Amino acid sequence: MGRYVLRRLLQLVPVFIGTTFLIYWLVWSLPGDPFAGKCGDRPCPDAYIAVMRERFHLDEPLVVQYGRYLWNLLQGDFGETFRGLEVGELISNAYPNTIRLAVVALLIEAVIGLAAGVLTGLRGRGFLDNLTLVSTLFLISLPVFVTGFALQIFFGFELGWIKTTVAKSPAPWEQLIAPGFVLGSLSMAYVTRLTRTSIAENKHADFVRTAVAKGLPQRRVVGVHLLRNSAIPVVTFLGTDLGALMGGAIVTEGIFDIKGIGNLVFDGIIGKDGLIVTGVVTLLVLVYLLSNLLVDLLYAVLDPRIRYD
Amino acid sequence: MRRPRWIAASTMSLAVALTIAGCGGGAEDGADDSGAGNADGALSAFTTEPENPLVPGNTTESGGSKAIRAMFTGLTSYDPVTGESKNAMAEDIATTDSKVFTIKIKPGWTFHDGTPVKAKNFVDAWNYTAHSTNGFQGASFFEQVAGYQDVHTSDPDGTAGPQKAPEPTAKEMSGLKVVDDTTFEVTLSAPFSVFPLKFGYNPFYPLPDAFFADPKAFEAKPIGNGPFKFVSRQANANIVMTRYDEYKGDDRPKFKDLTWKIYETNEAAYAAVVSGDLDFLDTIPPTGIVGGKYKQDLEGRNGSVPYMGNQTLAFPFYDPIYQNVDLRKAISMAINRQEIIDKIYDGTRIAADGWVNPAVPGYAKDQCGELCTFNPDKAKEYLAKSGYTGPITLVTNADGGHKDWMTATCNSIKNAIGLECTYAPIPTFAETRQAANARQLKGPYRAGWIADYPSIENFLNQLYRTDASSNDGEYSNPKLDELLAKADSAPTVEEANKLYQEGERVLAEDMPVIPLWNQTAQYGWSDRLGNARLSSLRELDLSTVTVKN
Repeated sequence: MGRYVLRRLLQLVPVFIGTTFLIYWLVWSLPGDPFAGKCGDRPCPDAYIAVMRERFHLDEPLVVQYGRYLWNLLQGDFGETFRGLEVGELISNAYPNTIRLAVVALLIEAVIGLAAGVLTGLRGRGFLDNLTLVSTLFLISLPVFVTGFALQIFFGFELGWIKTTVAKSPAPWEQLIAPGFVLGSLSMAYVTRLTRTSIAENKHADFVRTAVAKGLPQRRVVGVHLLRNSAIPVVTFLGTDLGALMGGAIVTEGIFDIKGIGNLVFDGIIGKDGLIVTGVVTLLVLVYLLSNLLVDLLYAVLDPRIRYD
Repeated sequence: MRRPRWIAASTMSLAVALTIAGCGGGAEDGADDSGAGNADGALSAFTTEPENPLVPGNTTESGGSKAIRAMFTGLTSYDPVTGESKNAMAEDIATTDSKVFTIKIKPGWTFHDGTPVKAKNFVDAWNYTAHSTNGFQGASFFEQVAGYQDVHTSDPDGTAGPQKAPEPTAKEMSGLKVVDDTTFEVTLSAPFSVFPLKFGYNPFYPLPDAFFADPKAFEAKPIGNGPFKFVSRQANANIVMTRYDEYKGDDRPKFKDLTWKIYETNEAAYAAVVSGDLDFLDTIPPTGIVGGKYKQDLEGRNGSVPYMGNQTLAFPFYDPIYQNVDLRKAISMAINRQEIIDKIYDGTRIAADGWVNPAVPGYAKDQCGELCTFNPDKAKEYLAKSGYTGPITLVTNADGGHKDWMTATCNSIKNAIGLECTYAPIPTFAETRQAANARQLKGPYRAGWIADYPSIENFLNQLYRTDASSNDGEYSNPKLDELLAKADSAPTVEEANKLYQEGERVLAEDMPVIPLWNQTAQYGWSDRLGNARLSSLRELDLSTVTVKN
């Protein structure tokens, strides 16, 4: 197990260097001049562009620029944006919001999704099952910006139950419930269906029949034998979903004005601010790799038959 | 075999966490209703993230300008309603020949760090801004000052070429001279009567000695001489300011704390102002304008005001097709401006009758005449005269919400004169700018203009003079150049304006740019504010607004 983890961690190094270089190179090859939009509707003066290009070393070859960036990054310096702001500070301001939103979304999808999935999976056909099927189908068919605006208008403007926009940073937890629901709704539907199928399938498996035949109480049969064996696909899904959620949610963050990582990257791409994009994406790659590693390790806990080494 | 009950345990704690989170909802910031006009009240207003560090000479876009103008007061300021320039920090601006200006400033003013504002602070700031090695955006506003060429050199082969701009030969412009603590003298290289009208614009603001000692520290905590002083700033979230109690100007604010809030999208800011989380929004998004929705959402707390900007279609003269004047006139007369305004903008724009915005001093009525009036028959005549039958393409950036009116304009042209017209968007504003700079635009393109300072001159010199900084279409007419030069050197502003208006009539002969409509701004505020209004520069008038609690 220890060697496995070490190997996985070592694999992060080449992936890290490869992705940062790729992102760096991609951002700099985006069409458009990074200083074109910085002076309003008029072209920027030559002297301004010359000074900015020199300050950000834009005239040097790409490899030299990248080397300089990586060296600074290893010393913990994410660099400066074209607006003159510290990228590190921007990220540390934005990331707590994204993490909070991701946690709320993940909680909502895990709790509601698992509960509904387990219930319908155990009960089988019936009214509840049909209701869940139809409502999850409904959620899956709705794009996030529809659910987002619908909730904002209905609960925010009409009923006044929720704040229409969050605006505060770090975002208060209670204001993130509605945005978290919007963000998690699609995955919630998937989790429900995955759990339901998985449970329904394992319900008739040999080991469950054996457990029932042994005379184990229902709670133990379901809670230990059935659930644990059915959880693997669901946990895989939740794990990758956590990685995706950590990457920020441009649409949800935009609707509810949450100062998260998604919009930071989006603005960086629009403004051709390479250092923001590279910095954030590098971080996201790490988060994604680590959350995947975590999921892989969880398999062994859930199913003793899976061994690493 | 004892193993932890993973699922059961984790779901339980999740459920508990969720309930706890749910219980914390609905905590509102304490607020008591206590009549109108609380002098210690706090106000929040919408802005966008400044594009550059907050230094006046390097800030020309709107997000940074709003913050800069709250913190600084220049020699003059512009009337929020009429746009006229009037003395603010200046006691007197005197000239006999429009070439040498003697400027006396009011004594007793201080910067937010307590140091007095002297004539030297103006002169130093102007020299710093104009110096090309500092690379400030506002440098070109000093190009009329004598000695500008010695401090501002340009790159001989453009920024893309291998050569670099030569080192400037001087550190200071020879035309700026400090006489004493409250007096300085500005000498221009040639007479320019409109020059003092620029004094209220950002690059002309004074800078404290602290700036020159440590520009980096100044960027982190700007020090101005205006009604508000800087408190703190959180990137992408807010800029906080508070009233400067030693402020000497007559536009003292009637509230205390000012927070500029930065929203991810205009739509989110709109939602915030409707629900009362944001106090003032200066730009209602298109989704709020459609069908006059904002008038219901913000009943009794919305406004619409013309500001000094217009929307135009400019022709690329480097494309031989558009060198044909009859074709240009035909296209102009084929556009049904009023119908597009009614359909797309719910009637909130004002159809253009010339190249200059009506909110600007020096504007003359109906300079474009019938050429800016929808007239399909006349348009067809001009088109026949031009002999052009091929297709045309309208170009603009796709990320600015221009699609609707662009396609409507295209359809209007197609229906009126049967010219095949397509709308070809370029993905981003930056790419569009780049294509414009490289002279690669494939057809008539959107060319909006918002005045930097209220003068007819600002709508002509920088756009239509041969080789002017924003003359992207490469339009050139010696007759116009001559008139503009004459107007620049006219002894008084009135005479200058007459000559500028004459110059504008030359545009009607050439139609290098089709005026479409003049912009208006729709704005809204929360029920906590009183007397909220938008100035002609499209900013909240901070001197009149009051806060209720």
